[in-house]
Amino acid sequence: MNKTRTAILALTALLLTPAASAQSLSDGGIKVGVLTDLSGVYSELSGQGSVKAAQMAAEDFMKANRAYAGKVSVIGVDHQNKADVAGNKAAEMIDRQNVDMLVDMPTSSAALAATEVARQKKTVAMVVTGATTALTNEKCNKYTFHYAYDNYMLANGTGTAVTKRGGNSWYIIYPNYAFGQDLNRQMVAAVQENGGKLAAPSDATPFPNTDFSSYLLKAQSVRPKIFGTMQAGNDLVNVVKQYNEFGLKKQGIGLGIGLLFETDVAALGQDAFSGAIATVPWFWNFDARSRQWAARFEKAFGKKPTWAQAGVYSATMQYLGAVARAKTDNSDAVVKALEGYAFDDFFARNATIRPQDHRVLLDVQVVQVKGKSESKEAGDIYKRLNTIPAAKAFMPLSENKCRM
Amino acid sequence: MNTQLLLIQVFNGLVNGAFYALLSLGLAVIFGMLRIVNFMHGALYMLGAFAAFALGQLLGLGFWPSLILAPLLVGLLGVVLERGLLSRLYGLEPSYNLLLTFGLTLLTQDLVKQVMLSRFAVSSAPYSPPELLSGVVNLGFVVFPKYRLFVIALSLVVCLLTWFVIEKTRVGAIIRASTENPVVTRAFGINVSLWVTGVFAVGAALAGLAGVLAAPIYSVEPYMGAELIITTFAVVVIGGMGSILGSVVTGFAVGVLAAVGAAVYPPIANTLVFILMALVLLVRPSGLFGLPEGAR
Repeated sequence: MNKTRTAILALTALLLTPAASAQSLSDGGIKVGVLTDLSGVYSELSGQGSVKAAQMAAEDFMKANRAYAGKVSVIGVDHQNKADVAGNKAAEMIDRQNVDMLVDMPTSSAALAATEVARQKKTVAMVVTGATTALTNEKCNKYTFHYAYDNYMLANGTGTAVTKRGGNSWYIIYPNYAFGQDLNRQMVAAVQENGGKLAAPSDATPFPNTDFSSYLLKAQSVRPKIFGTMQAGNDLVNVVKQYNEFGLKKQGIGLGIGLLFETDVAALGQDAFSGAIATVPWFWNFDARSRQWAARFEKAFGKKPTWAQAGVYSATMQYLGAVARAKTDNSDAVVKALEGYAFDDFFARNATIRPQDHRVLLDVQVVQVKGKSESKEAGDIYKRLNTIPAAKAFMPLSENKCRM
Repeated sequence: MNTQLLLIQVFNGLVNGAFYALLSLGLAVIFGMLRIVNFMHGALYMLGAFAAFALGQLLGLGFWPSLILAPLLVGLLGVVLERGLLSRLYGLEPSYNLLLTFGLTLLTQDLVKQVMLSRFAVSSAPYSPPELLSGVVNLGFVVFPKYRLFVIALSLVVCLLTWFVIEKTRVGAIIRASTENPVVTRAFGINVSLWVTGVFAVGAALAGLAGVLAAPIYSVEPYMGAELIITTFAVVVIGGMGSILGSVVTGFAVGVLAAVGAAVYPPIANTLVFILMALVLLVRPSGLFGLPEGAR
């Protein structure tokens, strides 16, 4: 009996001491909810790796801010890339598991559903892997931040680079859901703005889809200079596999890729993608700082990080930093601490958080996939063509439709 | 759309048709003979592709040995499945074996995913066509991958052979008799359960073969059979449950239809087969080649 009382007293004392210095946390702690794809097509590029990245951020933050030691926890939840599941899981995480912040959210439709729930429940959401520009435009809201990349940045980077290098006639296919429709729109605009044209109207393909032969044959007869594919993940792997199978490169039809992840290149081999141009927010061997973090991640997770996973670390860290600055996890105060904040970490270079639409602006890299013979070490897949500065990489405010 | 492009798509559709035909053929053989709705067929197809990949990685076997070995392995697994699990459900309602095979599918997919990620460190495995068949050939009206031509040819041969064995030979007669009236067939000194196992193994091996053929075209990943199997079931229903000829003809026809649909109006490509299924069921509830209920 006495022992129990002592234990309870000791425990209470333990719990009370840091709480005083960690200011006011709603339920005694900060819980980060990684809402991601743990089993489907995007599970390898985000998934468990994203959960691991968020955990690393939580640990690093607690180490640097002793007042928060033991107060930050991370959970990972599977949204199966389905909008309805994402909405339900987001609500459940916030209401029942007391999650203070949602992060990651691959699949645009799922990200839109989850951020809508987060808005209603006044919870900060940082979308890293979802791509649609709607998040910072017509669907923008006070609690949603868009990290790492978006369709405008991809299209603007890749469309411009490819068109300017002579790829001025395109035939584009895109998966028929929010992400693909949006990326197609942005890519067509970027191509046309740079003096390119469409050799044939873009085609929407079912999602997910395995067989793209019909569209490749159409490309053969239309003869564009660039076959543009807005597919992602496994679908992209299938498109590129079949692009090579049909010998389109030899027929003079280049490959334009809307969204490329390191895992796609690994799944098919570098040579299948070699020469293709893409735009990425980050890659692991970009410079010494990137390498250093990537090495830590690889040690912890067993695999090199994708840029999505690196982005989850960075976003989680920025959220926690804002909590520390605001000295509370009250979401309105945290949002205020985030808005307009300028920072620079291993992932986000020259970054600022635009207060008007919550777009996180950062330098992005236009890269070209190296052939196997060109790479100097395992996982060395990108050659950097140029850097688009943060101010130019994303949709300008003049085009922005966000009313917050 | 111009006529040439239409012709090209008709031709292209034969490739997917070949996969539908091979898969629905196996389903039809198993259903026609054993009355098992084998929901695991898509997973067996995936296992065929995965086996080809794994044989290449572990034993350094190329495409050609895998083309023989992988279906054999899948067929062998079929024997284990039929003897170990399915045979215990004979005599029960068909929904039992449907549930069992569906559960096995989920289990297999996740197992393969675990193995791929932990053993091979990929979630989608690369696999290339053999040297001999890589590259394209100019057919005059279209430039087409050699490998896809091979797929069409080989599956046609296999389909015809299966049909011939079952409909025209003594082996086929025994199989048909074993399933039509096992008691009388047994009285003739024929080991019926052995034949039943054999039929299941052949059906499984056909799925495995389709899988190996698919590996160089589609990405090899744990869920590659899940989507395909739905379309294949639609093919079987349209063709007539259990009809060998029906499944082959419908398989190729649906492949062509989907390819043309994808070229004319892409968003409808995947729905087309189900629209067709609904129409056929309205007019002929037992399918295009199926015998009406009670005539069997």
